[in-house]
Amino acid sequence: MIAMTHAGYVAAAWLGTFGLIGGYALAMVRRGRKLSRQVPPGERRWS
Amino acid sequence: MTATTQPGAVAGTPQPRSGDTAGAPAGTGSRGTRIVGLLALASIALLVLYGLVISPADVEMDDAVRLMYVHVPSATYLYVGCFVTTLASGLWLWKRTAGWDALAEAGAEVGLVFAVITLGTGSLWGRPTWGTYWTWDARLTSTAVLTALLVGYLALRRLDLDPDARSARAAVLGLLLVPNVVIVNRSVEWWRSLHQGSTLTRIDPTIEGDMLVALMVGFLALGLVFSWLMIHRFRVAWLSQQVDRIDLDEALAERRAEAEAEVAR
Amino acid sequence: MWRDAALVAGRDLRVEARSRVTLHQVAPFALLVLVLFAFALDPARQVLERATPGLYWVTVLFSALLAVARSAALDESGGVRDALRLSALEPAGVFAGKALAVAAELLALEVLLGAGVIVLYGAEPAGVGLLLATCLAATVAVAATGTLYGALVSGLRVRETLLPLLLLPVLAPVLIGATRAFEAALAGVPADGWPWCGLLAVFAILYSVAGAAAYGTLLEGS
Repeated sequence: MIAMTHAGYVAAAWLGTFGLIGGYALAMVRRGRKLSRQVPPGERRWS
Repeated sequence: MTATTQPGAVAGTPQPRSGDTAGAPAGTGSRGTRIVGLLALASIALLVLYGLVISPADVEMDDAVRLMYVHVPSATYLYVGCFVTTLASGLWLWKRTAGWDALAEAGAEVGLVFAVITLGTGSLWGRPTWGTYWTWDARLTSTAVLTALLVGYLALRRLDLDPDARSARAAVLGLLLVPNVVIVNRSVEWWRSLHQGSTLTRIDPTIEGDMLVALMVGFLALGLVFSWLMIHRFRVAWLSQQVDRIDLDEALAERRAEAEAEVAR
Repeated sequence: MWRDAALVAGRDLRVEARSRVTLHQVAPFALLVLVLFAFALDPARQVLERATPGLYWVTVLFSALLAVARSAALDESGGVRDALRLSALEPAGVFAGKALAVAAELLALEVLLGAGVIVLYGAEPAGVGLLLATCLAATVAVAATGTLYGALVSGLRVRETLLPLLLLPVLAPVLIGATRAFEAALAGVPADGWPWCGLLAVFAILYSVAGAAAYGTLLEGS
């Protein structure tokens, strides 16, 4: 794996992809928590 | 269960909503999403294993082929997201239930995430393989236009409008999303096929062995990620609608209280 | 429905005839864009000549943005929206009327730009049948799409910036098709261009139907 050609590009692409997904997921979970605090539990419909 | 206001309270003073929601488990997670999430993480690990380690380098592209294991599935899920938005928009126009509106929003935003991934991986694939970060090949070009369509849709959604009007406009726009994508894809492909093979980033259909497995795992992993993101984003949109509704109810209640106070005086 | 369309088209065009915005502002803008392209590219005849079809249609698209924005703005002032809603006019008819008015203005602009391109870029018209058919199909396509999207953003504070963002990606196929058709006509091989003209016609029909169908919802929900 160390001897991979174009290692820089492969790394950039994979890290970028999962970094973006992770970042977005985090942002969404945080936003969900923030919104959830403003909504009474009865309205949430899942748990 | 919403907070009540005191008669005569000055309009605009935010009333604390505590007591209603304190202590409740707050978030968009659930047992279902935790399961999907764990499966997603597991399959990502599997993808890393197969994509980066087990599968061999390609004869022509060397290790750049490893980008395809992410690029091709993410392009696929981008289209799935668009279909969800269009379908949900159509259903909203038909049934007018708020859930479809939330689903349409989720599809577009998660689709945009995958659009960025598709463009990014496609571009990074192009550099070592063809020497440039951007080639005007059919897939990249259509994806770029599709990204613009999604950005436009999401921009319309963020507008400060009466929620019903906003949903109606977004629904019309969303309904047109897939037709637009189809027309754009067809014309771009036809255009590019005049000059060269239309899609450079297509994976060789005779792919087999460990490379095929890696690609399949890519579809699995990104599919689970897509699903997890969709569920959460849908719930966020749903909660957002609830909050808007609560805000509206409270504002109305305050106004009513004010009016009553005026009359009482 | 067509009577309603004629009514609305008549009104829109009469407003235009009185205010002459298209004549005095959009047309000069269009010609200005042609001139700007000459500044940006090498005015040596070869470059401009080769790029003529593309530059022509990009200019048409930019001008169309202005024409469509203006058409939508006509309905925003003082309760015109409500009047339209309450009147017995069919939404599809209103849509058709507005689109026809925009199409008429665009066709006039295209003729003007044609002259501009002949004079400024040294274009030599050939395959005129194909050129005309392309203009017709593309104009209907742009007018129909533009009218629909104009309604989508009407009344919004950000409509000036949102309309181009929404409309231009959607019209990309029109740009591609019209340019290819023009290229074929000017190069003397119209047979290559007619299929593209066909694409434009399909696009025009699709968006005419879509606009007519959706206009009612948009008039209501605002």
